[in-house]
Amino acid sequence: MFVLVQMKDTVRISPHLFHLDSMDAIRESLNVKFANKVVYNVGLCIALWDIEKVEDSYIFPGDGATHTNVHFRYVVFRPFVDEILVGRIKSCSKDGLHVSVGFFDDIVIPSDSLQHPSKFNEQEQLWSWEYEAPDEGSVDLPMDIGGDIRFRVVDETFVDTTPSCPDDTLSMPPPSSGPSSSTNPVPVSDPTAKKAPYTLVGSISEMGLGMLSWWKPG
Amino acid sequence: MEVKSKNHAMLSNYEVLGLLKDIQAGRGQKKPNKFQTNLATITYETIKCLENWPCAHHTPSGLSAAMKALAPYGLTAAEKLQLINLCPSSAVEIQLIVEESEERLSETQIEELLDLLATHIPGPDTQNEQAEEEEEEEEDQGDAYDVTDASA
Repeated sequence: MFVLVQMKDTVRISPHLFHLDSMDAIRESLNVKFANKVVYNVGLCIALWDIEKVEDSYIFPGDGATHTNVHFRYVVFRPFVDEILVGRIKSCSKDGLHVSVGFFDDIVIPSDSLQHPSKFNEQEQLWSWEYEAPDEGSVDLPMDIGGDIRFRVVDETFVDTTPSCPDDTLSMPPPSSGPSSSTNPVPVSDPTAKKAPYTLVGSISEMGLGMLSWWKPG
Repeated sequence: MEVKSKNHAMLSNYEVLGLLKDIQAGRGQKKPNKFQTNLATITYETIKCLENWPCAHHTPSGLSAAMKALAPYGLTAAEKLQLINLCPSSAVEIQLIVEESEERLSETQIEELLDLLATHIPGPDTQNEQAEEEEEEEEDQGDAYDVTDASA
């Protein structure tokens, strides 16, 4: 679930940090840059593990800061495909379940990856597994919000969220002829901006997967 | 920025919890200051989450003993890591973690695995675990004493 990733980066240390120990300053700037951020195709960065090598520092003309190449290792949350994780159900909808592991929320379990057969209760907005018990007939096992759930990671998606060329503005509706159209309309909430940079897709359609309470022995 | 190796090593939950607790306590790395809100957030949230998982009750000696005991079963590194992270307590969980477990493990071997996990990395309600926790608390108090000494 957590991996160590070896990285190399150029660290810029501004003059106001020169009173610090240089290693402390490097650690601080690496943590400011990476902690709690998703790096594309790498995963969710948690914290600096160690610094392996610090190269010479350079000062460029016109800038008082030092620039240093640093080789370091970072702790990254990146579960591998097929890994079993335990999370908590955050919300339910007709499309499936939304699961969180506390520090990472973008886990979805689509409705076709639930235990078979499952049904969605429109009134309570909850999914439940219609388990066919061998002697008692069918039993409804609900998936309550806030309940602990064990799932298998089946897919992961990275979305490049770095700002790109303004092609999104092309799809925007043409400015209305109202009084506000004289100024350039600024999109307040860009729908693509909300897209999660890293999403895990889970599945619970196997023996032993699903709510922890379903599989408690005894 | 350049990523040299995306999967340099896998870490167990216990190791990550240890690192984050060190960061929060200012051991090794400095405590997050007011500019490192991201680090402070992720440290807090991850610790809160990991403390509810089995890794909160692990000990280094227990983990190394468990790894040694797991060696003869021919499991892959990822499978061993998951066994340690999740501490399964039933056979069905082992069958999930170990791929094609029906062919690779017999029923007695699965029972053995459950037993050895329970002995080496026990859950929160075991007696020797409590004793170790008390030891840790004493160490923590010792640390606190050192800090006050240094500041005095």
